[in-house]
Amino acid sequence: MLASQSRRAALTAFRSASRKPLTVVPLRTITTDAAEWKVGNVPEGNDETFTIKLAADSFDPYAIEPPSLELQTTKNELKSMYRDMAVVRRMEMAADALYKERQIRGFCHLSIGQEAVAVGMEKAITPDDQVITAYRCHGFAYMRGGSIKSIIAELLGRREGIAYGKGGSMHMFAKSFFGGNGIVGAQVPVGAGIGFAMKYLGRKNTTFALYGDGAANQGQVFEAYNMAKLWDIPVVFGCENNKYGMGTAMNRSSALTEYHKRGQYIPGLKVNGMDVLAVKAACAWAKGHTISGKGPLVMEFLTYRYGGHSMSDPGTTYRTREEISWVRTNQDAIHSIRKRLLEWQIMSEEDFREIDKQVRDEVDKEVAEAEAAPVPDNTARILFEDIYTRGSEPDWMRGRTVEETFYYKE
Amino acid sequence: MSAARPMATRLLSRSLRTTFNGPRSIASLARVPSRVPTGSTNLSRFAAQQTRTLASASDVKTYTVREALNEALAEELEADPKVFILGEEVAQYNGAYKVTKGLLDRFGPDRVIDTPITESGFAGLAVGAALAGLKPITEFMTWNFAMQAIDQIINSAAKTHYMSGGIQPCSITFRGPNGFAAGVAAQHSQDYTAWYGSIPGLKVVSPWSSEDAKGLLKAAIRDPNPVVVLENELLYGQSFPMSEAALKDDFVLPFGKAKIERVGKDVTLVSLSRCVGQCLTAAEKLKSQYGVEAEVINLRSIKPMDVEAIINSVKKTGNLVAVESGFPSFGVASEILALSMEYMFDYLDSPAQRVTGAEVPTPYAKGLEAMSFPDEDLIFKKVAQLLRV
Repeated sequence: MLASQSRRAALTAFRSASRKPLTVVPLRTITTDAAEWKVGNVPEGNDETFTIKLAADSFDPYAIEPPSLELQTTKNELKSMYRDMAVVRRMEMAADALYKERQIRGFCHLSIGQEAVAVGMEKAITPDDQVITAYRCHGFAYMRGGSIKSIIAELLGRREGIAYGKGGSMHMFAKSFFGGNGIVGAQVPVGAGIGFAMKYLGRKNTTFALYGDGAANQGQVFEAYNMAKLWDIPVVFGCENNKYGMGTAMNRSSALTEYHKRGQYIPGLKVNGMDVLAVKAACAWAKGHTISGKGPLVMEFLTYRYGGHSMSDPGTTYRTREEISWVRTNQDAIHSIRKRLLEWQIMSEEDFREIDKQVRDEVDKEVAEAEAAPVPDNTARILFEDIYTRGSEPDWMRGRTVEETFYYKE
Repeated sequence: MSAARPMATRLLSRSLRTTFNGPRSIASLARVPSRVPTGSTNLSRFAAQQTRTLASASDVKTYTVREALNEALAEELEADPKVFILGEEVAQYNGAYKVTKGLLDRFGPDRVIDTPITESGFAGLAVGAALAGLKPITEFMTWNFAMQAIDQIINSAAKTHYMSGGIQPCSITFRGPNGFAAGVAAQHSQDYTAWYGSIPGLKVVSPWSSEDAKGLLKAAIRDPNPVVVLENELLYGQSFPMSEAALKDDFVLPFGKAKIERVGKDVTLVSLSRCVGQCLTAAEKLKSQYGVEAEVINLRSIKPMDVEAIINSVKKTGNLVAVESGFPSFGVASEILALSMEYMFDYLDSPAQRVTGAEVPTPYAKGLEAMSFPDEDLIFKKVAQLLRV
């Protein structure tokens, strides 16, 4: 009772804050107040399960009973959550540096600050569950099994990139990971279709179709909601709400900023997306719900990007530096779990130093390998390969002139 | 006009050609594709027969285009459990144009699926299902409505395989009626052939006859790439003879191969979809009035396009007219004329010509509508003018 009251109070404050000018830090109410996390007796063994009680305001449900605040986990899982988030951040920072060295071309959207969503989600699903997202996809590509080297090599336009240098920052694919779509919102009905296929094939797998708070206003998002509900498709529509669609604050783009309620006839859940444990608990619950035949869910992960929308955006014209540093100081997902793991004596400072060093070495090594990897040969064969599946190509594709016409069968 | 002008340009072109560093010759275009259609021999024999008589012989079975499409759908649904069809009114209503008639009863609601009226959404959903390994057939009630979904067709379906470096295929068929329809005004009678034909990653076909319809649609469903099938509403009810081969459930037509519907020696008419029939009628009139033998090429496949068939015909006839019903600018006929400059200049005795839709949103009033699309008489006159007969 008390918990639900505080949740309501918190959300009311959140709503009103989000409609005020941005001089007010609008994030205070999605606290990652990890002080509220409670842990029982932590076992000795790294793989023995124990229970963590999540913060009371981790979730806000819409038209559904929220998941339990009790999360079963192991020391190893907690360590790997920390490690994975650290890898994603280090990798994104490497991309940031490479971009500033002008080694990465075009668009590059980084997820620094948002790591808990990609990591927490992956911890809740299996490799046979499906994920599709938008252009801010590097962290998801890594969590879905893409190597750091292949991701960085893709950014660098190398032949050993995850998409052989053909896709770049926004188009990365892996097993059960469908990108990487650069058209804002287009991946949402596509995600519903992937979920449709799971159901059609009789597979007990869910699909996470992710989009941002900016994309949440696209008409096709609502078209996807409608069909998913009509046909009980096992899909989780996951809105990564980082508060700004490019430079437009959510209260300037969305008539209802409670994105988990925008499915109307679809139950929803707002999750503290800066808390990797809450994300994991929520996603595990969402998977169970969707594959049980109850149809889709709409989830909102409240999160924050520290950088600009893309590399050309300093990220400071539409929000204050104070706001960014406030979130970094008070809500950072990596710092929060680190603090908890120390408090609970699951890891020591020494352990963290060791992991941080490993992460640094690993990312640096793979980045160096990616930098050393060759670019694709500038040949017509490589230019024209994979427009169609192998063996099903037309006889030829036209180049810039008649003479540059490429013939598949020489 | 036709005889005098080209001389200088042609000489210029010849000298230019000699400076080309190893241009791909026409001969290299003439290679035979490795995938020969099932029953192609029967088919070509039949083509010759059809050319002579046009009407079917009494022992030849006839199908409407609608029946042929329906049979293609049913056979492919039967053959592969990963194939399903979705679209507006495809199931209980039996299809807005009855192409999917009976499929719901036969294959059930899991595989014949009525969608809400949300083109962008259901096209995206179908693309997602294809990315996940299914083989969806997406019916658009008409291609006019698919403009709402064109982003999914192009950005999600056509480009994903390339963008993924070849690791993510998308086997999907988009189909529905396209182009001219009678009395439905501007928003319901546009021809999108050139739009889709310009997109690498898509294959695009446009059937005219019942054989075309069955063979191309089945090939589209089986193809591992996104395929756009541009049908025509006015053809749905037309009957055509079906060869023995085309009656079988393994009948497919290869992409990128045109069909010579009528053999001729004086002028080449290249066309597609409903305009093929108009060209054949015009050709008969040209023969009866002027003794002109027009060769009529039914492109069947827009992307890839059988340039070789056009070249070979123009080598013989020396004259080329492209006939289509799209808007004239940047269209299918524009493309054919551009190709004629690049590959057929030396074989042409007159400047290649085109007969197309007019550059106007389709008007409703009957007489004005008639002025907006090609017809038999216009084709006849254009050819007669070109040949100065």
